[in-house]
Amino acid sequence: MSNTLLRVRDLHHWFGGLHVIDGVRFSCEQRLVTAVIGPNGAGKTTLFNLVAGNLAPVSGTISFDGRDIQGLPSFEVSAMGISRTFQATRLFPRMTVLENVMVGRHRKSRAGFLQDMGGALFNSREEHRMREACMDILENLGIASLAGQQALDLPFGRQRLVELARALAAEPRLLLLDEPACGLNPRETEEMAFQIAKLASLDITTLIVEHDMSLVMGISDHIVVLSFGSVIAEGTPREVQSNEEVVAVYLGADNV
Amino acid sequence: MRAYARELPLLLLAGLVVGAQVSLSALKVDFYLTQLTMAAWYSLVALGLCLLMGYAGQVSMGQAGFFAIGGYTAAVISTTGMSSWLSIPAGVFVTAAVSFLVGIPVLRLKGHYLAMATLAFGFIVSRIIVGMAIFGQADGISDVPPYPLIAGLAITGKRPQRVENFYLAWGVVIVGLMLALNLVRSRTGRALRAIRGNEEAAAAAGIDVGRYKLAVFVLSAVYAGFAGACLTHFNAGIGPGEAGIMKSVRSVALVAAGGMANLWGTLTVSVVLTFLSLRGAFGLFDDAVFGGILVAIMLFAPDGVFSLLRHGIPSPRGFPRRAKGGR
Repeated sequence: MSNTLLRVRDLHHWFGGLHVIDGVRFSCEQRLVTAVIGPNGAGKTTLFNLVAGNLAPVSGTISFDGRDIQGLPSFEVSAMGISRTFQATRLFPRMTVLENVMVGRHRKSRAGFLQDMGGALFNSREEHRMREACMDILENLGIASLAGQQALDLPFGRQRLVELARALAAEPRLLLLDEPACGLNPRETEEMAFQIAKLASLDITTLIVEHDMSLVMGISDHIVVLSFGSVIAEGTPREVQSNEEVVAVYLGADNV
Repeated sequence: MRAYARELPLLLLAGLVVGAQVSLSALKVDFYLTQLTMAAWYSLVALGLCLLMGYAGQVSMGQAGFFAIGGYTAAVISTTGMSSWLSIPAGVFVTAAVSFLVGIPVLRLKGHYLAMATLAFGFIVSRIIVGMAIFGQADGISDVPPYPLIAGLAITGKRPQRVENFYLAWGVVIVGLMLALNLVRSRTGRALRAIRGNEEAAAAAGIDVGRYKLAVFVLSAVYAGFAGACLTHFNAGIGPGEAGIMKSVRSVALVAAGGMANLWGTLTVSVVLTFLSLRGAFGLFDDAVFGGILVAIMLFAPDGVFSLLRHGIPSPRGFPRRAKGGR
């Protein structure tokens, strides 16, 4: 029996009069890959932003490792061990790949303004440790050779991996991936799936919001199907694929 | 080695400073040293703003306000006989305190709104100075005594200590530059650049964006306030012109011309243009020159004047580029 790392209960969110998240409940078990799928406008991204701290829910609870985190600002959510990527990658311009990843390690280091103004005399050990740790992460993702390049000069597929590296640099317990296959070609999608599948061995729990069924069905342990802000089905990929309501939502039942 | 390569440019700068003094004194034109000393103190303002605007991406149109707060605090304390040594520390402390209190509300604003709020702050400071008797109103404060350091050395513009003060100011600039360079190359510097790049992504990486913005805002104000306090002792006084809006615009123009996130570029542009301005090279058009530089930089060299050396003059933004080579 595995343990629950993230538990979402009775979550509600409105945008004006629009009830975008309507009583959502689900949980993420430790070291498993959970995917949230659903047609456009189902509330996937809103749900994601609620968990990541970019939005505060109108009501309901989100507990991470037993502590309520709903409404916390995103930097605090991040500090608790939750890292995220963005649907449209948001790498930092005018910074190298390695620097981008080192920003991801912010919370694993301590040096403040005064110490950093003192320079190498005061921060070289920590800087060295950060650099090594981040290079290891790039190595694991097979992109160590790109470390010195400007992150925004890379092709899109590589940028995605850099963003994954940046999220991993924080050594998160829960990793939130917002449509990791969006905009990738089939070969890049495959590589991304391979990298995500490896995460469990790093003791990382993953929550994916995704459109691309091929990615989701291949790597998810548990799938939550969202439609009009509510969970209409959940289970293993096989269970979800054979669920009539899910098929109806995806293929458009009203056309029948 | 790598660590050595980092310090080498600073050593070269120190060499350049010594070379400048030796040759100007040998040529019997050491009156230039006075303006070079003033240019050095002023360049600290630009270096501080470079950290805030260039690296962290937060515009401040109110740096002259912080400069004036440092300067006037030092002037009031040293002319009322309160203390001979307290003036500069107090100037720095008051500047830091004011920037902290101002920073909390205004840094919630972004982009143009932040620029407007800081512009208004600078305006308020200059109005308070002109309006209050303790600040000498339109006359400013004069007869500020030299600031005593060790062994008879003092921050003063008096001739016998011209060379000493030249080295003093440049020593401070080199240290100030070194501290800033260390900062931008570190964890803190990466966090600041990340904030400039994308605030949401920076927060997602665990960076407390609000705290970092406030800290670098205070730091930039401290650079300005310290410069203001020291220059007030050097000039033996300060006037309300130092708090003027155009002085703030000047700093923004210097950082923009220096290449925004470029401390060396900012220092170079700042020293050259401030020196020329102090020599009266721009005549009555002093403010117009700096305003014009700002417009020209935004149009033709948004990455600073030094980028022109590498890439040539680009078409202004929004205008179609002419194809290079071929037809």
